[in-house]
Amino acid sequence: MDLPVWQALYEELKGHGFVVITVALDKSADDPRPWIEAARPTHPSLVDTRHVLADLYNIVNVPTVLWIDEQGRIVRPNDVTFATDTFRHITGLESVRPLQAIRDWVTGKARALDAATARRLQTLPSPDDQQARAEFGLGQWLWERGQRDAAERHFVRAGELAPHDFTIRRGTMPMRGMDPMGPEFRSMRDAWRDAGHPYYRPLPDHLD
Amino acid sequence: MTFTLLDAGRAVEATARIAGDRVTIPAADVERELGLTLTPEGLCGEGFCIPVADASGLGASGFDLAALARVLDRPLAVDAVAGAAYLGAASGERRRALGSLHAPDFSLPDLAGRLHSLSEHLGKKVLLVAHASW
Repeated sequence: MDLPVWQALYEELKGHGFVVITVALDKSADDPRPWIEAARPTHPSLVDTRHVLADLYNIVNVPTVLWIDEQGRIVRPNDVTFATDTFRHITGLESVRPLQAIRDWVTGKARALDAATARRLQTLPSPDDQQARAEFGLGQWLWERGQRDAAERHFVRAGELAPHDFTIRRGTMPMRGMDPMGPEFRSMRDAWRDAGHPYYRPLPDHLD
Repeated sequence: MTFTLLDAGRAVEATARIAGDRVTIPAADVERELGLTLTPEGLCGEGFCIPVADASGLGASGFDLAALARVLDRPLAVDAVAGAAYLGAASGERRRALGSLHAPDFSLPDLAGRLHSLSEHLGKKVLLVAHASW
């Protein structure tokens, strides 16, 4: 897990007017609790059981990282950023360069993206994406009330509407008796890749 | 039957007539729980009115939930059997908000249940990280 590194980055840079906010998209606070407690966060480390953040920011997978400036403007939109190289052999994404880019931005050595570039790199939600989130919201509410069969219908529908949204397709697996690290996840991911889609969609390396 | 409508996550109770997938909610419940009324100007809430081109399904006899969602241009997920529906956020509204590059504010709890908002950190650079245990 990357939380200890995000916590260390916060401690390293907080004197520069910087804060890290980590948000766990999980069905209950108990799921991320061991990792959050182990990281001993002094930054806000939050839990989002209803996927409020995913809805507001069109987040479709984890990890997703955004940069927000002092005026509350998005200066680097949704990107896939790992803080460690734990999964590099699977993801092909390394962590040293993106962490240095964050340091350079926070300490003023480098600028973030201009507004036109930030907008060009955003992926905005479609009507189907938002319909999928409504189906997820209904399914999750039904699941919390023990109506597992009804919940399943809406989770399935949500996944059909937004097959690229793994906060739904993978994130609901723990509510549906499936192992999100197990064979059901791997076959879902492999089918998605075989159809020509990347599982992680990082921003391009060269942004100008 | 008693029907639960989740208005962007907030649960409100209404009495509903259900026929197949069609859910009709009395106008009085829509006004009380959602603050919306049908007037000659359109569908009106606090400080706004949405013109209604086709008012079929909306009227004194009740509001058809699907017709209401269409007028509001919001996604609707319905489970007539379970007696619940979720009225989500419009893609147009989300696209406008994100496209403005103003980071949408949110309030979420930490493990101790204490709420934190993004807006508390105005004046600082913020790294927002979404992760999960799965």
